Amino acid sequence: MPELMTTPDVIVVGGGIVGLSVAWRTARRGLSVAVVDPDPGGGATHASAGMLAPVSEVTYTEEPVLRLGLASLALWPSFRDELEGDSGVDLDYRTDGTLKIAYDADDMAYLDELAAFERTLGLRVERLTGRECRRLEPMLAPSIRGGMLAEDDAWVNPRLVTRALRTALDRAGAAVVADRAVALTARGVRLASDGVVAAPRVVVAAGPWSPELLPGLPVRPVKGQILRLRGPGGFLTRCVRGLVHGSPAYLVPRGDGEITLGATMEELGFDGRVTAGGVYELLRDAHELVPGLTEMELAETTVGFRPGTPDNLPLIGPFDVPGEADVLAATGHHRNGVLLTPITAEAVAAFLTGEAVPEVVKSCDPGRFPE
Amino acid sequence: MIDDVFVLGGEKFSSRLIMGTGGAPSLEVLDQALEASGTELTTVAMRRLDPTTRGSVLDVLRARGIKVLPNTAGCYTAGEAVLTARLAREALETDWVKLEVIADERTLLPDPIETFDAAERLVADGFTVLPYIGDDPALARRLEQAGCAAVMPLGAPIGSGLGIRNPHNIELIVEAAGVPVILDAGIGTASDAALAMELGCDAVLLASAVTRAQRPDLMAAAMRSAVTAGRQARLAGRIPRRRYAEASSPAVS
Repeated sequence: MPELMTTPDVIVVGGGIVGLSVAWRTARRGLSVAVVDPDPGGGATHASAGMLAPVSEVTYTEEPVLRLGLASLALWPSFRDELEGDSGVDLDYRTDGTLKIAYDADDMAYLDELAAFERTLGLRVERLTGRECRRLEPMLAPSIRGGMLAEDDAWVNPRLVTRALRTALDRAGAAVVADRAVALTARGVRLASDGVVAAPRVVVAAGPWSPELLPGLPVRPVKGQILRLRGPGGFLTRCVRGLVHGSPAYLVPRGDGEITLGATMEELGFDGRVTAGGVYELLRDAHELVPGLTEMELAETTVGFRPGTPDNLPLIGPFDVPGEADVLAATGHHRNGVLLTPITAEAVAAFLTGEAVPEVVKSCDPGRFPE
Repeated sequence: MIDDVFVLGGEKFSSRLIMGTGGAPSLEVLDQALEASGTELTTVAMRRLDPTTRGSVLDVLRARGIKVLPNTAGCYTAGEAVLTARLAREALETDWVKLEVIADERTLLPDPIETFDAAERLVADGFTVLPYIGDDPALARRLEQAGCAAVMPLGAPIGSGLGIRNPHNIELIVEAAGVPVILDAGIGTASDAALAMELGCDAVLLASAVTRAQRPDLMAAAMRSAVTAGRQARLAGRIPRRRYAEASSPAVS
């Protein structure tokens, strides 16, 4: 563990994609930063598929989540360019859109209804027949009913983003302390090893573990099981999100031939078990959509915990803790951590430096919930 | 309105709308819908829940003082359902259970034989058993005889929103029942819920019709009104259907 020679300006608790990005954007503004995490990049970021898909993800009642997602999607190209420049790591960032497909007539009726809603929101979606879907993605099952193409969606490999951020932070001279922060103190954070890291300002970006430091923060773990399949590549050229008898599944192809297949949504606390039923349901639905993928290697089964909030919007901004260090929250990103990383990192860096915070982030005030 | 208390399993409720929690996009949207529905009893799937997690759907129900009715959704055998009910009793300290044993995942129709088997075992074990069944008057009667506290016939398959496909069977179940009849599953919109009450059901249970609506809170309010309207119409007594018109203000009386 690197000893901190000096007191940094900011401590970021949590080294997932959000915490590392907050540290990187803050370091880029000339502040000194330390990140505290026992296993940087090992939480929800490690599990996540990395879809940057606010358009195909939209559902009724979630317009504020959509608006935030679109604002962050618009920041991704420059975020990518600067991060690849600072680190030399290719993020496998792709912009071929999401193909949303319906397995049967009921699923198609739902997609059609949702498309009408998407158009009222001014989103671009294109209705395709089953055969048009298969011209775009020949490996899809012949039986699929039809689909929608959301051309503006993108995706990225979150594990490569983590690697890039760690390299960029290293080059910027920011410390990553491999320890667990157990409490806030008046001047920083106390570590599990009993040490203390002092700093005038603390950013809590510890995902579903954030309430350990900030009791009262309305964040809960939402378990997700996700699979990684490996094969020769060329199976899919874009993200495929399918509905199979009303049950959603997605397939995300990587440049190296891997396909990420997700994900369950389970309100089971910190239950880290991969279950037979979870894997079965994911493979069952994926097989209906892309029959040939059963020939691929089932290379990985992973559990992650999304940091869920009551309204599915994140918590970004100052969080008043009497008698303790100046604290900002950057957590609660639920299903959208990777998508919302650029806008979160920009907003937190702006809070820390006194710059103007993007207007759209005001919906994410951590104090918005009544006690 | 006249005093019209709904008694179920020895407990009194003033609301006759029982809610499910599945399908809501967020806990906040669910909370707003529950408030608008005026429900006092809400069912949760025990297999998809950890009762100890802070900030879960159970906390939402507790904060509103809504009684929790655990259900055995996702079970295919009597054995699984009995086990799930026992785990729920331990975790939630309630001996109420909405018994749900599914025959296949495509239709989600209830399996009558496994359901009856589980009901017998759970009644013997001291549970207050509320079984989800097809619209089968004979099975409803047998479950009442077996000691169930209510019967819960479907209007149509879960999540289908197809309304009440066989109103005649629902009426037959109501006529014969000595326990409350709760219309469960298939409700698509407010008129379906009103019809259930007009047919003589004691309460309505629904989830998707509200949680998957474009505006869940507004649909919840509509369902609340519909259940009240249907109940009032049932108590008031509808006029007989006639083939020809009858002037409402006759010249001669």
